[in-house]
Formats: sequence, C-alpha cells, structure tokens
Amino acid sequence: MGLELYLDLLSQPCRAVYIFAKKNCIPFQLRTVELLKGQHLSDAFAQVNPLKKIPTLKDGNFILTESVAILLYLTHKYKVPDYWYPQDLQVRACIDEYLAWQHTTLRRNCLRALWHKVMFPVFLGEQVSPKTLTATLTELDVTLQLLEDKFLQNKDFLVGPHISLADLVAITELMHPVGAGCQVFESRPKLAAWCQRVEAAVGKDLFQEAHEVILKVKDSPPADPIIKQKLMPRVLAMIQ
Amino acid sequence: MGLELYLDLLSQPCRAVYIFAKKNSIPFQLHTVLFLEGQTCSKEFSQINSLQKVPVLKDGDFILTESSAILIYLSCKYQVADHWYPSDLQTRSRIHEYLGWHADNIRGTFGVTLWIQVLAPHIGTQVPEEKVKRNRTYMDRALQQLESKFLGDKAFLVGQQVTLADLMLLEELMQPVALGHDVFVGWPKLAAWRGRMEAFLGAELWQEAHNPIFNILEQMAKKTLPVPPPEFQTHMLLRISKIP
Repeated sequence: MGLELYLDLLSQPCRAVYIFAKKNCIPFQLRTVELLKGQHLSDAFAQVNPLKKIPTLKDGNFILTESVAILLYLTHKYKVPDYWYPQDLQVRACIDEYLAWQHTTLRRNCLRALWHKVMFPVFLGEQVSPKTLTATLTELDVTLQLLEDKFLQNKDFLVGPHISLADLVAITELMHPVGAGCQVFESRPKLAAWCQRVEAAVGKDLFQEAHEVILKVKDSPPADPIIKQKLMPRVLAMIQ
Repeated sequence: MGLELYLDLLSQPCRAVYIFAKKNSIPFQLHTVLFLEGQTCSKEFSQINSLQKVPVLKDGDFILTESSAILIYLSCKYQVADHWYPSDLQTRSRIHEYLGWHADNIRGTFGVTLWIQVLAPHIGTQVPEEKVKRNRTYMDRALQQLESKFLGDKAFLVGQQVTLADLMLLEELMQPVALGHDVFVGWPKLAAWRGRMEAFLGAELWQEAHNPIFNILEQMAKKTLPVPPPEFQTHMLLRISKIP
C-alpha cells in the first residue's frame, strides 16, 4: 500500500507533516479527514486511530500519531537532508528543546487564538467574551515574544543558520492566528524576516498550497447543528 | 567544569533527569534551585535560563532546557544502554509519540496536586474547588488512556523494556502519590508497571530521588517549609490562576 498520511490542512501539525513530506519528495497517499465535518470522529477513522486525532501516519501495519513523532520517523526513514534534524548532538538537542517547549506554549496559544477569534463565533455560532479574547491574544503575544527572545534571537533560523524541523513546526503554528486575522508579524520585524526566510526555504508554491485552507478559514460556513453537538466537547477539551 | 544539572527534586521532570543521570552513572555537578525559596526567579538563575524553569543542563557553554530534550541528549552523549532510547526506528517513534501525548495530557495535570495540597495553602490561598474537581477528571481520563492506548498488556510503555517515556511518566504519576493521592488505585496494569519501575530503579535511588516530595507534607505540618519571598508569591498566585 505504501505510506498513507491522514491529514486536514486546517490543522497546524498536519500542515507541518504535509510540507515536510512534499518538500522531501516522500511518496505518500493523502487521506483527507475533514475536521469541520467531524470525519475524525467516524467509526472508520477510529479503526485507524482510536484517539481520533490527526495527523496519523500509516506505513504498512505501522500506525503512528503525534506530529513530532511522525516528522522524526519520516526524517530517519527517508534520509532527508541533514539540516532538518542534524547529526550534530547539540543542534539536534536545540531542536528537541523547541519541539518540547512549543506544545503547551505556541501551539496552545495559536490554537486558542484561532478558536476564540474566529471558529467559535463564525463556525460554532458561540459568542466569546471580549475579556476572554483579550486574554487569549495577550498570552499569544507573550509567547511570540518568547519565540523571538529565547529561540530566534539574532539567528536566521530557530536553531542556527539553516531551516530545521523546529522552524517548520513553528511557522505552521503561526499561520493559525494569521488565518484568524491576528497581527502576528506586523509589529515584529525579526519574526517577519524569519517567516520570509522559512517560506523561501520551503518554497513559496508549497507554502501557499499548504496554507490555502487556513487562510480562508474566516469564510467557513456555520456548522450544521448535529456536527456542532458532536464537535463541542472535543473542541472545549482541546483548547483548555 | 563538566556537566551541570540545575534541579529541584520537588519537580517531576527534574526527578526524571536526576534518576536517569544517576542510574546511568553519568557524572554531574548538582545545582539545587529551590522553587519554594523563589530561586528560579533569581537574577543568577535567570542568566542560566531566562524562562526561569528547571530542569536545566549546562555542558560547558551549552545550555539546554526541557526534560525530554535533556534526557535524549544525555542518552546520546553518554551512550547509555540502547533500551532507554532504542535505535530501532519504530520503537523510537513510539517514544516520541508518547512524549507528544504526554505534553498535552500529563504535564500540567498531575502536578496540580502539589499546588492544591501544599503550594497554595502555604501562601495562604486555595485552589478553587471546581478546579480541583476538574483536575481529578483530567487525571482519570489520562489514566484511562494510559492503560488502554499506551501500556495495554506490555511490561513498559513502548515494549518490554524501560525507556525514557516510562521515566517521564513515572515521575508525573508519583507527584500525587507522594502527596497521599494514590492514582494507581483502580488501575491494576499501571500499578504493576509502577512496581516494575521501582524494582528496576532500585530502593536506594528511589528513596534518594523522592525524599523531598515524600517529606513535604510533614514539613508543611511542622511549619518547616521555607517561606517564598513576596514577589515570588505573586508569581505563584499567577500560576494558580492559570490552573484550568
């Protein structure tokens, strides 16, 4: 059967996996699982991943979840260029450090920014109080500052002069609030310059292709009431 | 100077790093950074880690944070036994898969007990009851997924041998246990796994690493816990407000 990737480009970690596979010419069959239609909650998909989450990789009988695990698996199996996850122990450790840090910080805050600013009102028809939205956007701001001050600093990319898995994971996260209409780069020239470098390294066409869905997310039609009911508990758990 | 580790053994990820280094006879200089004395926010420590968190590894000029990154770095640099972080791609991937899930479901969940029982009351406040209840629900849900999705009938999380994943999980689960809330009750597979982990690590290392967390309730009762400086108490109150 070959490699299969279960993805929805609406999701940040799915975008990172998609871009990585495409950029490295890794042959795979794309299985689209539409989150906003609740397809990840279907019995059929539960056979693939009982935790009902994407991205999911299926390589023969081997099924793997969690985007960082998937990226590392693809890195090793397909022997991609060294700069993605270098042999150098310290550079590699810096990538591991970023990938560990980002789960509960950038990832979480980018997700909350999208849902509080756009998805709750537009897709779910649920009002979000101005206080909640302000708090979420403030936390995002704090995280963006940490990204600049602790990780990027004066380097071209997050861990050195070359793009790595860290940059790919970070940029796909940041496109979430960008898709929500947040001013992520406008007052942050360092981050904006880094974003341009990452986009150039990935390739403009591929970058735009991967982000087409998220950049149109504000135009999502409202959810069907049945879908909404199915999605709500998981959405609330996801953005805690 | 050699390897330096900045740790507070009250912290779950710090214990994981400490136990790993000791078990693998990795020589290091221990710098204890006491959370309760506000030392993570000191000017001195902030030079080492601007994020003001432990654990931190310092290897010459190289500084590394995040316990999973530290454990992987130590595994590779000191060429520890393969079972900790196997070279087999699929097994190694399972470790990363677990660590991804762990970040979202375990971290931030099992550490709340220390805040509820010790840190909040110690500075004269309380974690609201609704947050306590919610935390119990999150812990139960995580334990259920741990037994069914990760451990199953295996001896350890990703196979028949101990890996970094097991150590990271063990220290998280030991946090509430050390504070009198036995999370293993009702989860026989996890309880058996814990027994295997304890046996593997050995009684001496077990006691040594868990001494501070095992004794903290008694210290609180005897009023011998250090009082955090006022600015640090403000920082602690902010942390409490962020508990989901």
